[in-house]
Amino acid sequence: MSSSDERSDKPDQGGVSRRNFLKGTSLALTIPLVAGGEDEVKAAGAEVPILGPGNVNITLNINGAAKQLSVEPRVTLLDALRNDLDITGAKRVCDRATCGACTMIVDGKPVYSCTTLAVEAQGRKIRTVEGLEQNGKLHPVQQAFWDNDAQQCGFCTPGFVMACTALLEKHPAPTPEQIELGVGGNLCRCGTYVGIKAAIAQASGQMRKRGPAKLTRGGKSNG
Amino acid sequence: MAEYKWPEEGKRTHIGKRISRIDGPDKVSGRAKYTYDINRPGMLFAKVVRSPYARAKVVSIDTSVAEKMPGVKAVKIIQEPGKEIQWAGDGVVTVVAETEGQAEDAARAVKVQYEKLPHFVNEQNPEAVPQANRRPPSEATAGDPEKAFKEADVVFEGSYGNEMITHCCLESHGLIAEWENENNLLVHQSTQSISSNGGQFAQALGMPAGNVRMKMEHIGGGFGSKFPVDSWGIEAAKLSKMAGGKPVKLMLERDAELMVAGSRPSMFARVKIGAKKDGTITAWESHIWGTGGVGNFNVANLVPYVFRPGVENRKETLTIIGTNTGPQRAWRAPNHPQVCLITMGAFEDLAAELKMDPLDLFLKNIDKTGTRANVYRDELMKAAEMIEWKKLWRPRGEGAPGSTKTVKRGLGLSIHTWQGGGHNSDCDLTIHPDGSVDIKMGTQDLGVGTRTVLAIVAADTLGLPIEAIKVNIGDNRYPASGGSGGSTTVGGISSSTRRAAVDALTALFEKVAPAMNTTPDKLEAVGGKIQEIGKPTNSMTWKQACAKLGTQPMTTRGKQPGRETLTQPGVGGAQMADVSVDIETGIVKMNNFVAVQDCGLIIDMKTCESQVFGAMIMGVTFALYEERVMDSQTGRMLNPNMEFYRLAGLADIGNFKVHMMTGKGYDERGVIGVGEPPTVSPGAAISNAVANAIGIRVPSLPLTPDRVLAALEKKGGSNAKV
Repeated sequence: MSSSDERSDKPDQGGVSRRNFLKGTSLALTIPLVAGGEDEVKAAGAEVPILGPGNVNITLNINGAAKQLSVEPRVTLLDALRNDLDITGAKRVCDRATCGACTMIVDGKPVYSCTTLAVEAQGRKIRTVEGLEQNGKLHPVQQAFWDNDAQQCGFCTPGFVMACTALLEKHPAPTPEQIELGVGGNLCRCGTYVGIKAAIAQASGQMRKRGPAKLTRGGKSNG
Repeated sequence: MAEYKWPEEGKRTHIGKRISRIDGPDKVSGRAKYTYDINRPGMLFAKVVRSPYARAKVVSIDTSVAEKMPGVKAVKIIQEPGKEIQWAGDGVVTVVAETEGQAEDAARAVKVQYEKLPHFVNEQNPEAVPQANRRPPSEATAGDPEKAFKEADVVFEGSYGNEMITHCCLESHGLIAEWENENNLLVHQSTQSISSNGGQFAQALGMPAGNVRMKMEHIGGGFGSKFPVDSWGIEAAKLSKMAGGKPVKLMLERDAELMVAGSRPSMFARVKIGAKKDGTITAWESHIWGTGGVGNFNVANLVPYVFRPGVENRKETLTIIGTNTGPQRAWRAPNHPQVCLITMGAFEDLAAELKMDPLDLFLKNIDKTGTRANVYRDELMKAAEMIEWKKLWRPRGEGAPGSTKTVKRGLGLSIHTWQGGGHNSDCDLTIHPDGSVDIKMGTQDLGVGTRTVLAIVAADTLGLPIEAIKVNIGDNRYPASGGSGGSTTVGGISSSTRRAAVDALTALFEKVAPAMNTTPDKLEAVGGKIQEIGKPTNSMTWKQACAKLGTQPMTTRGKQPGRETLTQPGVGGAQMADVSVDIETGIVKMNNFVAVQDCGLIIDMKTCESQVFGAMIMGVTFALYEERVMDSQTGRMLNPNMEFYRLAGLADIGNFKVHMMTGKGYDERGVIGVGEPPTVSPGAAISNAVANAIGIRVPSLPLTPDRVLAALEKKGGSNAKV
């Protein structure tokens, strides 16, 4: 390495920042494209518009409401919600699709919103942890997390709640293997997995309109 | 004058029950606002230009391009040319801009020229450490170890250790700093120390401490790493001033969080242990080395851990190695997990040498632990019952029931201690004439249930439901409370709250006694009523009673320390692990893991147990997965991310059981913290279980497949009889 170079705040990535990396992969993978200069390029035989590098106006469907915002095309779905819309339940932790703290449900599937571009999320149904409560009542997964103390500092909790919700919507009575896979993309540092396992059992029981499952840690929540 | 004491077992309405944390709904719904979530009007974003070199001199810095970039509001040099950088990742320049993207672009445009200097980052092999990196060794001798080793029936020598690990808080370190006007600074910081950090800012910025307002509602992990305001905290405050006082948000990126904001010292040891044939330990010698990066640590008075008081013949040396890596920070139970591993590993190895059951060897030596020997004995027996030790344990290398030709099962154990106690704490409890009650305290809830504990103690004392208590914390304008460290929070805050509530009730009794035609000493608060003791028909609802206050709310202040003792230091615990090791792949799998723990009078059984479960899970991560990997060539951390800095996932933990020691002998000790103690034993218990399973000690944690296979290879390859 030379003794003089431009410093990135991510020295281990060889000068390629996450956002620049996203630009590159987006070119190959997604519509609309993110680049500068040209107005249109061909991708997979189709003509597609180029967005950016300046701000673009987008509309996101979040928890059933259309939200309009103006972001640079490189802005992630997570950052758009957190920084531009003040929807901060989803957290930024690893910032590269490892820990799941940013999990949202997009078109029914759990996604890492830290590695999804906001511009890509247009036209999709985005659900965040803020959208789970109905009429001021906690969703069964949320209630189960509370009842079973499946949280300590709570920073990973919204991501886990969304991953568990997506899991139970797909597998109302998940097997241990399905549970391990379904929330295997989420990490907790305080160590709340015992409570999370119990919470999944309780929520699964309630979502199937059965009594609480045996695994619960007991003790109803007050309030 | 009222006496301050905890209620007797039959008189507790909330204390000791399983109560869900009062901020649970906020946390599961995303409403809980962490520092990282705070968006302030006109907020700017700061990014830090970090040194890529472990040791280098800053030669020149060119910020001219960055300063002219779109959205950039300020560029500030932290380390001027001529300064010597001591670890990769240390901050050199900060930039602040309107958006995060703009700040990142500008940081990338800053040109820094360095003169690289030789560095040293890997301390594992003591023979390879340059003399310049060794700090003067400390040496201590007690009794006559030389004679004791000569007279011992058996002498065993072994190696034990663990790599440096990093806190990896999910909410990275950081803050939002803003100048409300020329003189007043407002800081939202992710901190374990809300009451005292204002003073740190004030000192660094040359302003009165009273002009710094600190706020924090929730914190996404600290574990000991979030006490100071940190150099970047001061930089953010300065950047805000440069940008006209606008709020500046500076949260560390994930890589920086792992490189510079948290690390726990590594510790490696060569141990010699001498004993009689019956397993009585008679002599101990240990040579410990390790690194706290550019920081320091101390293990004086810690070996051979809990057995130290009774092991009279000892020789101990400690060599601290300085490395060009970020400074160590406190981590739950500083130095204990490392020393516990070294001690319990040697004891277990000695038991194997003597062909003894280690449980028997531990019990044989239990009186050496001193005054709390009976507690350890009870805890070991309880843990043994929970994990079915006597049924499942087999001599080392024979394999516990269920072992196959390639998968070996083993059991291991460990015991631990921690002091805890109660830090200083002031609590203001206000009863309003409408009957509402609130608490104000400059403490913080690290996720351990601090808010819930405050509500439980006040509600129990006042005879009210938990929902009746409004808890206000996380603000340095509230009465001061200590930083959350050393398992001293619950002891401190519960004591001051109990005193405040007792005094409030006493004062309220005085107000209402005349109206009830009795005297204050004959009144009690039960079930939302004030009533005459032994004559419950003479009663008044809580609301009616509070109306007697007139128009003024009544505030009482409870203090810790104070009259009578409501907390005291010193707890113990025993843990036993049951693992399976695939001797072809080297993969260790947790089967069962049990913990037995005492911590005096438990306020909330549910959140208390959660802390122990959490400590065990964090311990599985420490034992099996996590390590900071440094590249000797570049001096950089190779895994400052969450894919290669591995944390245990839900599928990795096996079946866990926790038993809390309560009742007589425990409750009357008062309230004692539990954040540290259960984090101590997991590494030792799991390492011992693996040794029991495969028939040889894997000398260093984490017990990754490569280390397990290397140990098996040393023993004679994976085909050897184990």
